[in-house]
Amino acid sequence: MEDLFLNIARILHCWLVSGGLSAIGADLVLLLIKWISILGIVTMNVIVLIWLERKVSGFIQQRLGPNRLGPYGAFQTIADALKLLTKEDIIPAGTDRWIFMTAPMFFIVVAVMLYLVLPLGKDMTIVNLNVGLFYFISLGSLSTICLLMAGWASNNKWSLMGAMRSVAQMVSYEIPLAFSLLGVVMITGSLNLSDIVAAQSRFWFVLLQPVAFVTYFIAATAELNRGPFDMPEGEQELTAGVYTEYSGMRWALFFLAEYTNLVAVSALASTLFFGGWKGPFLPSWIWIILKTYLVMLVFMWLKWTFPRIRMDHLMSLSWRVLIPVSLANVLVTGVGIEFFRWMGW
Amino acid sequence: MTTLFDTDQYIINIGPQHPSTHGGLHVEALLDGEEVQEAIVHLGYVHRSLEKIAESRTYTQFIPYASRMDYLATHLPTLGYVQAVEKLMGIEVPERAEYIRIIVGELSRIASHMLFVGSLAIDLGATTGLVYCLRDRELIMNLFEMSSGQRLLASYARVGGFAEDLPEEFFPALQAFLDKLPTMVEEYHGLLTGNEILQARCRGIGVLTADMAVAYGVTGPNLRASGVAYDLRKDDPYGIYERFDFKIPLGERGDCWDRLMVRVEEIEESGRIIRQALKDLPGGEIRSKVPRILKPEKGLEVYYRIESAKGELGYFLVSDGGEKPYRIHIRAPSFINLMALGPISRGGKLQDIIANIATLDPVLGESDR
Amino acid sequence: MNQTELDQLISPFRDKIGDFEIAADKFISYIIIKPDQLPALMQLLRKDCGFNHLSDLTAVDYGEEFEIIYRLYAIPGKVNVTVKTRVPRSQSELASICSIYPTADWQEREAYDLMGIIFDGHPNLVRVLLPDDFTGHPLRKDYQKGR
Repeated sequence: MEDLFLNIARILHCWLVSGGLSAIGADLVLLLIKWISILGIVTMNVIVLIWLERKVSGFIQQRLGPNRLGPYGAFQTIADALKLLTKEDIIPAGTDRWIFMTAPMFFIVVAVMLYLVLPLGKDMTIVNLNVGLFYFISLGSLSTICLLMAGWASNNKWSLMGAMRSVAQMVSYEIPLAFSLLGVVMITGSLNLSDIVAAQSRFWFVLLQPVAFVTYFIAATAELNRGPFDMPEGEQELTAGVYTEYSGMRWALFFLAEYTNLVAVSALASTLFFGGWKGPFLPSWIWIILKTYLVMLVFMWLKWTFPRIRMDHLMSLSWRVLIPVSLANVLVTGVGIEFFRWMGW
Repeated sequence: MTTLFDTDQYIINIGPQHPSTHGGLHVEALLDGEEVQEAIVHLGYVHRSLEKIAESRTYTQFIPYASRMDYLATHLPTLGYVQAVEKLMGIEVPERAEYIRIIVGELSRIASHMLFVGSLAIDLGATTGLVYCLRDRELIMNLFEMSSGQRLLASYARVGGFAEDLPEEFFPALQAFLDKLPTMVEEYHGLLTGNEILQARCRGIGVLTADMAVAYGVTGPNLRASGVAYDLRKDDPYGIYERFDFKIPLGERGDCWDRLMVRVEEIEESGRIIRQALKDLPGGEIRSKVPRILKPEKGLEVYYRIESAKGELGYFLVSDGGEKPYRIHIRAPSFINLMALGPISRGGKLQDIIANIATLDPVLGESDR
Repeated sequence: MNQTELDQLISPFRDKIGDFEIAADKFISYIIIKPDQLPALMQLLRKDCGFNHLSDLTAVDYGEEFEIIYRLYAIPGKVNVTVKTRVPRSQSELASICSIYPTADWQEREAYDLMGIIFDGHPNLVRVLLPDDFTGHPLRKDYQKGR
């Protein structure tokens, strides 16, 4: 079980080579296959996630959630997805047509690219990049541009307002997000996510870096545009923010990308702070799925309990609290590392 | 001289189709970034000209229309109307009906305030708060269904009493609801008022000072949140409210937080009133002898005001001796309370407008009539 | 407030506001005053007598004339003064009391909107409930649909 996916890959590789492909050609084809399977996993996973979110929110709100279609309403999301796929593609007059059309595509592409560096199990990284964490953070902030594109191109006041909010929010929260991860990087001395997982063989970094974890969690919620920080959408004041003018499949792409981001950020959290794929008894890829889902449940729990924070409070939280705290965390970590070195541990 | 960094005023129309305007309310917000320079209220999207309709209906026929004004506290507007007609006609109401009026009226107030708490929660983004409040309000709706067969628009009151007596099963259900009430309020405190973000969104937001509140004619819980102890149930008692012992919850600063807390406390106080009324409830007739066709004296006019869930609800009836009123004017508290929305939103943030609308608690059916 | 109390309250100011009448119906007694003296009376009631709550402002169509009714209360308490004034149908204008009672703003707009009373000196006398392009004033007795 442990090596299930690795064996599949190896067999495929052998088969391709024996079929007359050169080793590099086989690697490339394999990479493509990995890409496609990631895409498939992501989309299928989102269907599960939306169902889960509905069920979780239903549980929190003392409702049943979807329960008509399939067992426990499991097929409801599929029906919804089909509906969205078959809906008319409306591009309102007065929009900046090309930007409007491409924004959701960029958004989903950026979201899927995040998965390239995540260690999804033992030796299961699509591209084992030595600056993996850096890559993750920089790509994560690209999604701001997509939201700005969507908001600007919609030619709608609500959308523009949402886009402005999202830019302000993401620019502010990028900093504590990166700083909070710095502590982990300082301890491991590597930006490679596989190395970071390997460094947690004795204990999880959440024990060493609890402040960093909390900062990361808050900043990540803001980065994900999830409640209580869902400013760009801000349904109650901005109707649907940047998504106001979107419908059908384009809107579904945004939705898909948001959940994809959620999974990626949760997976990163479990990789950095909860020992990644490491765990006893079960295969490594099951462990990472379990941990990721647990982190996601906490995200959902937050969303369905908290009211939305006000925009200026949001900014002051970032600049006045999170950034100083994360900077102090970097300082304390540095001193701690030197201290331990001096003690000869 | 204009430069690259000059900014324009940004005009956003909140409503009439918008998730959190509580019906067809239209607020034109003039923004500088996220800051509100001016909030102009436009009304009339739910205008049905009830006052004109009333002129072509008999006194009895208008009762269902009255309940369609404040559909969130359905009994209160109808009770106000029938009491105004009774005053006009000089009709006495049996004791039992008076007590039941207190019970259903205060239940309506609780229903309205519960929805207030829930809708404030959802307007601030806490979806779950709404569901909890609606769940509890459902129990009141069940009680209304038992009493009149209708859940939302009960039209239960009649001139001279009620359409019929309460059924037997009403009383244990009401008792069960009253027993649960403290737990419900505790739950709201745990889920909502104890939340840091909600406090940050409400404290110091939309401050309506006592002077401003009185000047703008704001009444009801909104006025009391500003620290003015003015409740018609105490200050100008109508019906049999003098017989009951209850407090008037007051706020201090008149911000959104006080408006929320005053209402939550009013839920508890209304619960107290109902308990007392239930204890003293006498037996007997539910409706006095009322002529089939109501014809008040010619030239008689009456202004009757009650403390509705939203504030001072006044009915002005003019009779010309016929079976239809010559003129009805309704002093709608939501309409006049909304006047304060512009002044209290000025200088705040866009998100505060939403909190202000929610805490002023307008019901558009009533403000537009 | 009954007729004598009302008389005691207002009579000392008779020289300031001019002539008026105190009348009573079955339920309340009220002041009847000429429209041009209305602002002075309102000013007086607001500033000197402490009636700080304009509960209701409305108009009734009596054929030849419109009656405009102001209901004042002193917060806190139930002391009430009702002021009535009449304007002719042909010239349904009177002074706005917006500056004395800010709450009169929308109530005057409503009376203008539905009854067609024009309040001079109102800062923003536009329709409040009906659409801006509506013609006619529906609460007038001679209003007919389509007119």
